[in-house]
Amino acid sequence: MSDHIVPFKTYFNVILVLIALTVVTVLVSLVDFGVFNLIISMGIATFKAALVLMYFMHLKYDDKSYLVIFLVGVFFLAIIFLFSSFDIITRVVEKSVL
Amino acid sequence: MNVKHHAAHHFRDASHEASASKLGLWIFLCTEILMFGGLFVAYAIYHNQYPEIFLAGSKFLDWKLGSLNTLVLLLSSFTMALSIYYAQKEKLTYSTMCLWITFLCGVIFMVVKYFEYSHKIHDGLLPGELFSHAGSENLGLYFSFYFSMTGLHGSHVLAGLALIFWLIIRSHKKHFGPGYVLPLECVGLFWHLVDLIWIYLFPLLYLVE
Amino acid sequence: MKNYLNEKTGLWSWLSTLDHKRIGLLYLFSVLTFFFIGGIFALLLRLELFTVGETIMGPEAYNQIMTLHGVMMVFMVIIPGVPAIFGNFFLPLQIGAKDVAFPRLNLLSWYLLMTGALVAIVSVVTGGVDTGWTFYTPYSIRTDNGTIWVVVGAFIMGFSSILTGLNFIVTVHKLRAPGMGFFKMPLFVWGIYSTAVIQVLATPVLAITLLLLTLERMFGIGIFDPKLGGDPVLFQHFFWFYSHPAVYIMILPAMGIVSELMATFSRNNIFGYKAIAFSSVGIALVSFFVWGHHMFVSGQSDAANFLFSIITMLVGVPTAIKVFNWVSTMYKGSLSFETPFLYALGFIFVFLIGGMTGIVLATLALDVHVHDTYYVVAHFHYVMVGGTLFPLVGAIFYWFPKMFGKMYSELLGRTAFALIFLGFNVTFFPLFFAGTQGMPRRYYDYIKPYETLNQISTVGSWLISAGFLLVLIAIIHSLLKGKKAPDNPWDGRTLEWQTQSPPIHENFEKQPEVTRGPYER
Repeated sequence: MSDHIVPFKTYFNVILVLIALTVVTVLVSLVDFGVFNLIISMGIATFKAALVLMYFMHLKYDDKSYLVIFLVGVFFLAIIFLFSSFDIITRVVEKSVL
Repeated sequence: MNVKHHAAHHFRDASHEASASKLGLWIFLCTEILMFGGLFVAYAIYHNQYPEIFLAGSKFLDWKLGSLNTLVLLLSSFTMALSIYYAQKEKLTYSTMCLWITFLCGVIFMVVKYFEYSHKIHDGLLPGELFSHAGSENLGLYFSFYFSMTGLHGSHVLAGLALIFWLIIRSHKKHFGPGYVLPLECVGLFWHLVDLIWIYLFPLLYLVE
Repeated sequence: MKNYLNEKTGLWSWLSTLDHKRIGLLYLFSVLTFFFIGGIFALLLRLELFTVGETIMGPEAYNQIMTLHGVMMVFMVIIPGVPAIFGNFFLPLQIGAKDVAFPRLNLLSWYLLMTGALVAIVSVVTGGVDTGWTFYTPYSIRTDNGTIWVVVGAFIMGFSSILTGLNFIVTVHKLRAPGMGFFKMPLFVWGIYSTAVIQVLATPVLAITLLLLTLERMFGIGIFDPKLGGDPVLFQHFFWFYSHPAVYIMILPAMGIVSELMATFSRNNIFGYKAIAFSSVGIALVSFFVWGHHMFVSGQSDAANFLFSIITMLVGVPTAIKVFNWVSTMYKGSLSFETPFLYALGFIFVFLIGGMTGIVLATLALDVHVHDTYYVVAHFHYVMVGGTLFPLVGAIFYWFPKMFGKMYSELLGRTAFALIFLGFNVTFFPLFFAGTQGMPRRYYDYIKPYETLNQISTVGSWLISAGFLLVLIAIIHSLLKGKKAPDNPWDGRTLEWQTQSPPIHENFEKQPEVTRGPYER
């Protein structure tokens, strides 16, 4: 068990950044950046998630094995996504022979 | 006053029990990621195949309510983390108060959700075959994703609320302190996961361009 | 002598136990019960297939019994099987611990299995299920019967599996006795650990898939239904992402048992300890990349077919490594052929056949012809029955003295093995030929040319049933009349043999300190 106490200031800064990023996400969505809208919104979401994981969930201060476990989960999620998408993307529409 | 916690008989001491419990919690979080993740994968595949549906569907969602819920959950994560901080600093009244605020935020989230859902049900914006909103055929698929993703998430919020309430009772009885914050940490991890999922749900459902 | 069995008595002391050993026995009782019920279904199926045309039942009944046979054997017998029974009983003992990491979660796992099983069995009275245990859409969405009960039941049973896996991972990481590094753990523990990783990573995807299927049936949400824009092949992707690794949940613990039996009954140190340990983890990991080999003719793209076929070939390698090491363990060993070892030897023979026919199925060009034929049925029964059930029964006899403090009857044990081994091969070997000659699986009926092979197979099913019945008799007889067992009847080296038979509640008088490898002589 980590006896490390995260300072109040750290938590406070993190929540401020999280709120700010939420505002940015909404503002960006109101402008049409084409395909970049998705990339930006997912990028910001991932950064917010990283902040919650590192600070609120203590991953920065805790045993590295917890981070490994989390990343392994994300890795296998990526596998099901990639391989299923690979199937769907590479399907060839067959013309009927009838 | 250092709270003395007696670890279960098969552990060496409280510290041993705590590290085992946290390891178990993280593995559990991993399973939640894979379960919710399946829904996200399906969402990604269908969004890619039918972008018009997802664009049209998201127009029925109120991004202001979605933003409010996002901020509410983020705030609740903050206060959840603070409840541990205050318990570690032996400021137990503050710790209990932070738990109450966390609980309240969760309730606000569910109330907003209730209004969103009842509005959609009233308008016939329902999943799959139940979809009956005039003038927009084919949106049944979009609302299938909307209801299953937010529904599964909402059920986890409810479970989290029950767990936080249990913590409030224990915190009130002064069970926690500088020597023992394990239940706060464990429930906290679960609650933060609920927040994490919403961080992704919000832009994917409400802010589609 | 005080031990975990006589320490507390009464039904409630069992139903509320937190002792991993008692929980293991609760599972032994439930799993064997489910096995015999599922087995009776198998006998009925084979009886129907004895002759062309209707023999004892109509087509609807056949489809329902066929489905329930699969559902019960997969979710209630083979998946929980070795981990829940022997993992629970012996994992803490083999690592020198007092219990698993989370005893209450452990008991919850058993209740979840029982609840899920009950819910699934309710389907029998709400119209039955005829989709096969794989629930492929769109048929599983449309078929108007008790499908939802089985799907929800499987969902609940999945959580039993997840929690058990979670418990075991933490147990292995946190509760090993002083001196037991990872490379001093018995190979059974490596097998259980690798399995637990799969249980934790794969089962949640099954959970969401079954949940979505339930929602499809109830609300027509349209994710898997082509009528509503959905993709039935996506269902298969999600389903097999779990169900392929699931077959390694079935086999890895069984292989762990084989390692134990090989070392003990050859009175030798295990050959290639690290190779076997790493191959367990390797199989667990690679298993996540191959699920599409169940979908070669489903409409999956050619590119994906190619990818999955090639990666599947890889899985054969760590498996072959294990077999090589086991056989090498026997070399220059001092062999004795008690019942447990017979099952280990039988395993080598049948698993080789099962594994090699798996390579045939992995080969894309061949699979296209034998997919959904009896070739597949024969293959998976060879690996599931031969590969998992043989070591499971072997483990019952191996650890019988430790669990119950009594010796079993060697005569009954060996006779039962002979019937099972003979019966098993007579039942399933002919089915390979039925398959290559084109007989489709899951069909209620077949044409005349297949009849002889089917009749041989059915006769085999009677032999194997007699064998399992004899196993049951052997267990009951030995429980009632067995001679008192010594603490270490086989001169085994792993930690469970260094404590009394049956063990005391706390497992060891004093926590053991480990200074040597698990099989060192």
